[in-house]
Amino acid sequence: MNPKRKQRMLIILGLVSGLGVAVGLVMYALSQNINLFFTPTQIATGQAPSAQLIRVGGMVADGTVDRDPQSLKVAFDVTDFDHQVRVTYEGILPDLFREGQGVVVQGRINQGQFVASEVLAKHDENYMPPEVTEALRQSGKLDQMKGGQQQ
Amino acid sequence: MSWRWFHQWGSPRWFYERAGRWQLVCGWLALILLVVGSLWGLGFAPVDYQQGNSYRIIYLHVPVAFLAQAMYAAMAVCAVVLFVWKMKLADVAMQAIAVTGLAFTVLSLVSGAVWGKPTWGTYWVWDARLTSMLILGFLYLGLIGLRAAIQDPDQAGKACGILVLVGVVNLPIIKYSVEWWNTLHQPASLKLTEKPTMPASMWMPLLVNILGYYIAAAYLVLGSMRAIVIGRERRASWVKELVGRA
Repeated sequence: MNPKRKQRMLIILGLVSGLGVAVGLVMYALSQNINLFFTPTQIATGQAPSAQLIRVGGMVADGTVDRDPQSLKVAFDVTDFDHQVRVTYEGILPDLFREGQGVVVQGRINQGQFVASEVLAKHDENYMPPEVTEALRQSGKLDQMKGGQQQ
Repeated sequence: MSWRWFHQWGSPRWFYERAGRWQLVCGWLALILLVVGSLWGLGFAPVDYQQGNSYRIIYLHVPVAFLAQAMYAAMAVCAVVLFVWKMKLADVAMQAIAVTGLAFTVLSLVSGAVWGKPTWGTYWVWDARLTSMLILGFLYLGLIGLRAAIQDPDQAGKACGILVLVGVVNLPIIKYSVEWWNTLHQPASLKLTEKPTMPASMWMPLLVNILGYYIAAAYLVLGSMRAIVIGRERRASWVKELVGRA
C-alpha cells in the first residue's frame, strides 16, 4: 500500500473507532433504559420505580400458578431464584406459558403485587426433538441443562 | 506481492464479463441448496419439544437475519475500498447491496414478527435486538434515499460511503444486544466458537439454507451490479459495442 492510501486507511479507522467509543459510552449511560425488563431482585431491592408501567422478567416458579376456574384471572410467582414477585393477570396467556418457563410481564406494582397488563413468553436458544427432552428428563439432566442457561 | 488480482477489479468491462459467468453458477447453486435445505428443514427435521412446528420458521428467519447484517458489513468493506483505493466498482457494489440488504432486513423483521406471535405472544416488542435491527433497516433506507437525492454519482458515492461507515457501529450492537441487555429475544443458537444448541438433525438443514441464502444474495448483488455498471458506463465504447450487438 502506498503512503497516501495508508494514511486514508488510518483516518477511516480512527473515525470509526472514535465513533464506536462515543456510541458505546452513550449506550452504557442509557443501559437502564435499554433493558427490556427488571429482575425480581431489582424489584425487591427497590431499584424499580413503583406506580409506573414497567416490565419484570424471570421464570414462572414451579407450583405457584393459581387459575380462577370462573374467569381468565391467573396469579403466579416470577422468580430469578433469589427473589420472587407475585403477579396477577387477567387475559389470555401465550401458548408457551407454563411453570418453569421464562416470561416477561408488563404492568404496575400495586400493594406488593404486580398487576400485569401483558404477559409474554420467553424461550431460550435450545431446540430439541421431544424424544430427546424425554430422555433428558428421565436421566434428570434437563433441569441441570436449563439451570446452566440462567444468568 | 502482486496486487494485480485486486487492481483488475478497477476495470468495469473485466467485471461485467466475469460477473455474468459467476452469476450463472451462483444462481444454480443457490437454487439447489435452498430447495434441499428448505425441504429438509420444513419437512424432515424433527419438531421442537416446546414450540412444536412453529420453530421451523428458523430456516428462513436466521439466514435472512444473518444476511441483513453480513451485507451491511460487505458494504462497509466497499466503502473502505472506495475511500482508500478510489475504486469505482466499490461504489457500484454499495449501491447494489443497499437494495438487497434492505430486502433481507425487511424479510427478517417480518419473519421474526410471524414467529413472535405464536411463541412470545406478540408481533413486536421494543427490545434491544428488534430495535437495533429496525435501525439497520432505516440505515439501508437512508442510503437508498441519500443516493437518490444527489445527482452526481461520485458525490453520491462519497456521501453514502460516509453514512455506511457511521452505521457500522450498529453491527456489534445488533450482535451483542441479547447479551448486554435483558431482551425478549433469546441468545444466538449458532456460534462460530461454540457447539450449536440444537441437534445435528436440526442445524444441518439450517446450515444448508444459510449457505444457500448467502449464494442467492451474491446472485442478486452481481445481477444488479452488472445493470448499474452498464448504466454508468453507457458512454464507453465497449458498452456501445455490446448494446449494438444485441
